[in-house]
Amino acid sequence: MTEHSYNFAYLDEQTKRMIRRAILKGVAVPGYQVPFASREMPMPYGWGTGGVQVTAACLTPDDTLKVIDQGADDTTNAVSIRKFFQRTAGVAVTEATTEASIIQTRHRIPETALSAGQILVYQVPIPEPLRFLEPRETETRKMHELEEYGLMHVKLYEDIARHGTIATAYAYPVKVEGRYVMDPSPIPKFDNPKLSNSPALQLFGAGREQRIYAVPPFTTVVSLDFDDHPFQPTKAPHDCDLCGASESYLDEVITDDQGGRMFVCSDTDFCQTRRASGHIGALGVPVSEGDAA
Amino acid sequence: MYVAVKGGEKAIDNAHAWLAEERRGDVTVAELSLPQIREQLALAVNRVMAEGSLYDPDLAALAIKQARGDLIEAIFLIRAYRTTLPRLGASCPVDTARMAVVRRISATFKDLPGGQVLGPTFDYTHRLLDFKLAAEGEVPAAAMAPTDLADVPHVTEFLNRDGMIEVEPGGNATPPDLTREPMELPASRALRLQAIARGDEGFILSMAYSTQRGYGRTHAFVGELRIGTVAVEMDIPELGFAVEIGEMELTECETVNQFKGSKTEPPQFTRGYGLVFGQTERKAIAMSLVDRALRWAELGEDFTGAPAQDEEFVLMHADNVQATGFLEHIKLPHYVDFQSELELVRRLRSEALAAQEAAE
Repeated sequence: MTEHSYNFAYLDEQTKRMIRRAILKGVAVPGYQVPFASREMPMPYGWGTGGVQVTAACLTPDDTLKVIDQGADDTTNAVSIRKFFQRTAGVAVTEATTEASIIQTRHRIPETALSAGQILVYQVPIPEPLRFLEPRETETRKMHELEEYGLMHVKLYEDIARHGTIATAYAYPVKVEGRYVMDPSPIPKFDNPKLSNSPALQLFGAGREQRIYAVPPFTTVVSLDFDDHPFQPTKAPHDCDLCGASESYLDEVITDDQGGRMFVCSDTDFCQTRRASGHIGALGVPVSEGDAA
Repeated sequence: MYVAVKGGEKAIDNAHAWLAEERRGDVTVAELSLPQIREQLALAVNRVMAEGSLYDPDLAALAIKQARGDLIEAIFLIRAYRTTLPRLGASCPVDTARMAVVRRISATFKDLPGGQVLGPTFDYTHRLLDFKLAAEGEVPAAAMAPTDLADVPHVTEFLNRDGMIEVEPGGNATPPDLTREPMELPASRALRLQAIARGDEGFILSMAYSTQRGYGRTHAFVGELRIGTVAVEMDIPELGFAVEIGEMELTECETVNQFKGSKTEPPQFTRGYGLVFGQTERKAIAMSLVDRALRWAELGEDFTGAPAQDEEFVLMHADNVQATGFLEHIKLPHYVDFQSELELVRRLRSEALAAQEAAE
């Protein structure tokens, strides 16, 4: 049910060309924020307009698209964006990480390792990792030019001095291929190791801030740290209560007003796949019964 | 027992259906037509056209209806539509000296060629609720003056004859288009004016107001404010001359600002400029004040740290579609980030409590 009054994937071809140029430049200079003439999209800024534009520029009719928000396929904004591309591009969609050729994500990297040929598109609110240290774009661009990242290290050091640890839990800054300090978008730092040496192409789109950047396949991405305070990915110290996974990132769900809570995989496809193959967590039920309920 | 948060798709569909119903309101009340909005809520239509950067009163009226009167939402609808439109070409610069004015006032000269024309203004109305309008809105026809077809020259041109005001040299350079190129800072004046012209009226108003209260004071006089219709012409390459393709209503404001002079320049007046679609007086005046405040560097004035002097601050925060989107996006799910903060704070607390206990 493609809307024929709009071009394939909504954007006109000239705009897509402009975005593809920015993407190519981003791939050529990993971690560098490429300015691009972001368009007004039919969803608000902050809802993933950057990611949507990058996805629109990458989509071909043969692609299979997966959209996740907070790791889940069925959160409202993921549903909305997936519907948008079904409507304007008529592409196949999937919830299975392994079947998707393009995955648009907000705040997570899928648990299942990505493979060559896949594109992971991140929605980015504030692309500038130095923004909260220096509010001026004219200054931060100069800092990147001069590779002047002392301010960031001072900030991390002050964290350690004050809290005994680096007090950044998400959007944890990374250095790409030894050159640019990059904001990995607000993914939990648990996901940071997955950024490095991924066989997939990782693209980052910030619509409101008009920036695109990229981590090409097999690029080294290092989370900033100190020798005596090495980077540590963290998650809730539990297993998933539905599928029993111990290695996945967990959401905490409040179950009653008596302090009851449970922990479940934030990656719904990962959790579902495990449950379908017979894994059962502490509070889980076999999949067939769960579906019937 | 945990119930998976499924059903996002159905929830969205239902929310949309409910919204449509709410938009229509009580069905026993007659539905608003677009011509009603266009004709009777014309100033709302003007604002939506100005900040939506698209001159089309009918579409603006539709957007206002669809947005239930939320003008920022309506502006957003217009912007999202505008961005899909192909660019057929660029018009010639409009000549506001040849504007058919409905309103033209100068605060700097009591009388001047072309005259003072009050036009349809709220300025001298008493703001008393007119309860007659609650019953019926029929009004007697206003008196008509004979039409004067002569051009109305700009006030600043009179000042210019004596070299009393800075000269703004014309140029043939194509101005940048911030809807087609990413904004680069520092910006040219043309780009700044473009950004302010589509910036949020409230934001620009407050910025201008702050200059009047001393945060980047520019001593502005309204040299001239004019509202009226101008012809829009376009060069047709096959014809070799410009053809009128339509007309549009504009509001133009030129301020005359004090300038003490510098080492190289004798004292002289300087200009601030505002030009906005439709009858949008408040915006045009505010725009000209903010424009002038942003010109401190080129005029060799001091940067006093005032927000209205700070180009990056003004230009990066003037767009209400960007601002409202980013502001409201914090209501989207942030479970994952919050979870990571939760873990961090728990760990920091347990370490702090352990240290406290050890100390005791």
